[in-house]
Amino acid sequence: MSISQSSSRSRSHRKNPLAQLADLSIPWKVTWVYLTVMLFLPMAALILKAATLSPADIWRVATSPTALSAYNVTFVTAFIAASINGVMGVAVAWVLVRYEFPFRKILDAAIDLPFALPTAVAGLTIATVYSENGWIGSLLAPFGIKVAFTRLGVGIAMLFISLPFVVRTVQPVLQGIEHDVEEAAWCLGASQWETFWKVVLPPLMPAVLTGVALGFARAVGEYGSVVLVAANVPFQDLIAPVLIFQRLEQYDYAGATVIGVVMLLVSLVVLLGINLLQAWGRRYDG
Amino acid sequence: MTAELQPDFGLNPLPPPTQTGQTKAHPWAKNGLIAIVVLYLLLLLFVPALNVFVQAFSGGIKGFLDTLTDRAFVSAVRLTLIMAIVTVPLNAIFGLCAAWAIARNKFPGRALLISILDLPFSISPVVAGLMIVLLYGRNGWFGPWLQAADIKIVFALPGMLLATAFVTLPFVAREVIPTLEEIGSDQEEAARILGASDWQTFWRVTLPSIRWSLLYGIILTNARAMGEFGAIVVVSGSIAGKTQTLPLYVEEAYKQYHTQSAYSAAMLLAGLAVVTLVLKEIMERKTQIKDAE
Repeated sequence: MSISQSSSRSRSHRKNPLAQLADLSIPWKVTWVYLTVMLFLPMAALILKAATLSPADIWRVATSPTALSAYNVTFVTAFIAASINGVMGVAVAWVLVRYEFPFRKILDAAIDLPFALPTAVAGLTIATVYSENGWIGSLLAPFGIKVAFTRLGVGIAMLFISLPFVVRTVQPVLQGIEHDVEEAAWCLGASQWETFWKVVLPPLMPAVLTGVALGFARAVGEYGSVVLVAANVPFQDLIAPVLIFQRLEQYDYAGATVIGVVMLLVSLVVLLGINLLQAWGRRYDG
Repeated sequence: MTAELQPDFGLNPLPPPTQTGQTKAHPWAKNGLIAIVVLYLLLLLFVPALNVFVQAFSGGIKGFLDTLTDRAFVSAVRLTLIMAIVTVPLNAIFGLCAAWAIARNKFPGRALLISILDLPFSISPVVAGLMIVLLYGRNGWFGPWLQAADIKIVFALPGMLLATAFVTLPFVAREVIPTLEEIGSDQEEAARILGASDWQTFWRVTLPSIRWSLLYGIILTNARAMGEFGAIVVVSGSIAGKTQTLPLYVEEAYKQYHTQSAYSAAMLLAGLAVVTLVLKEIMERKTQIKDAE
C-alpha cells in the first residue's frame, strides 16, 4: 500500500485515463474497479434502459394515475414521518444528553434498533402490534382508528425506520453546546422557552434538518417494513418501491424502470440537499 | 470534514448528562419531557420489539422448535449465512481501500467521491435490485451472453450476493474514513522511513489504530447483509428452500398465515439485532478506554 503517491501521480497522467488507471496504487484500483462493477454499471443499466423509451412513453408511465398516487403516498407520508421525528428526535436527544434518569443508557442503545433490526421483522411486528386485535391497535380500534393495512400503518413503519437519524445527528451537536450561553440568556431574563427557542435551537437547526433529510431519504426508499404493514392496494397505501416490485412481477420492465428512475432522481436531489445542509452546518463549527 | 449520509452512529459513547444550570428548569418540564420521550419510544420501539419475543413463544417452546427443524427454514438460515460470509469480507476489503484512498489523498472531486460512496444508502433497495435485474436478467444487458454461457445470476445466488453487496457497500468505508483522518499519516510515514514495506506499514501501524472502527463497520455490514429484504426480494424470486433468506422466509410465512414460523424466524433475526447493539456498546467502551489513555 503506497502512501501519498497516487495523487501526485494521477496529476501527471492527465492524457490517457487507461495509463492513469494502470499507474494507480492497489487501493485505488480496488476502489475504482469495485465501484464500477457494483455501482456505476448497475446505475448505467437503469438510466440507459430508460433512454431506450420514447420521452412520451416515459412521461405517460411516470405520470400514470397509479404512479402519481404511489408518489403521493410515498413522499407525503415519508415527509410527515421524517418531520414528526424531527421534533421527537430533538426531544429524545435532549432528554438523553441533558437529564439523568434510570435506564438512560438502555434507552440510548435502543435508539439504534431500527438500524439493527431487519426491516421484515420490523414490518411483521408492527403489523401485529398495531392490528385491530394487537396490543396497541386494540386500544385504538374503539376510536375507529385503523393502523395496520392502511396508510397510517405505512406512516408508523416509516416513523420506526427514520427514528434514529435525527437523534444521532442532533446528539453530538447538543453535547458540544456550551452551557455558558444558556446561562447568560437566563441571567439576562429570558424564560426557559425563550432560551431554547432563541439560543439553543438555532445552532441545532442544521443538524435537525440534516437528520430529517436523512430520515426522509430512508423512509422514501423503504420496502421491507412497509410491504408487511400495508395492504399494498393502489390509490390507498401502495408506495412507489412496492409499485416497482409489482411491475417487475408482471414483467413490465419499462414501467419498473421509469418509476425506478424517478426514485433515483429523488434520491440524488435529497443527497444534494443533505450535502448543502451539512455545508451550512459546518459554518457553526467555526 | 466530510459529508455524511449516515449520521455517526459510530463510536460515540454517551457521556454523563450535563446538568449544570438545570437547577433552574422546572421539574415538571423535565419529568414531562422524559415521560413523552419514553412513551414515544415504548410505542414505536419497545412494544414491537417485545412482541417478537412473546409471539415466537406463543405456541410454547415446541412451536418454536418445530420451525427450527423446518427444511425451508434451515435452508434460509444457510443462505443468510452465505450472504454474510461472502459480502462482509468483500465490502471490508473494498471499504479499507476506499477509506485509505479518500483519507490519505487530497484530490479534486474528493467530496464527490464520498457522496458517490454514500449512494447505496440513499437509493431504495428495490431500485438497487431493479438495476441488477436490468443488468443481468434475461432481458438485461448481459442477459443474452449469460444465457449462452448458461450462467444464472438473477433468481439465483450470485444476484442475491450482488444485491446484498450493493446495499452494504458504504458501511466499512464510512466508519474507517474519520478514524484514518483523525490518526493522521505521521506514524505511517515514520514506519516507511524506518524501512517498513507498504504491507508491513498497513499491518503493523495502520490496522491496529483503525481496528475498532473497522470492526464496527463490519458488524453493521453483517447486520444489514443478514437482514436485507428489499433488494434481495427483487432479484431472488423468493423460492422456498432455494433462494430464500431468513427475512424472505419471515415474509412468506406471514403471508401464508404461518404466524408461528414467521415469528420464530423473526426472533432469530431480532436476536441478531440485539447482539449487534450489544457489540456496539462493547466497542464504545473500548474506544472510551482508549481515549482516556
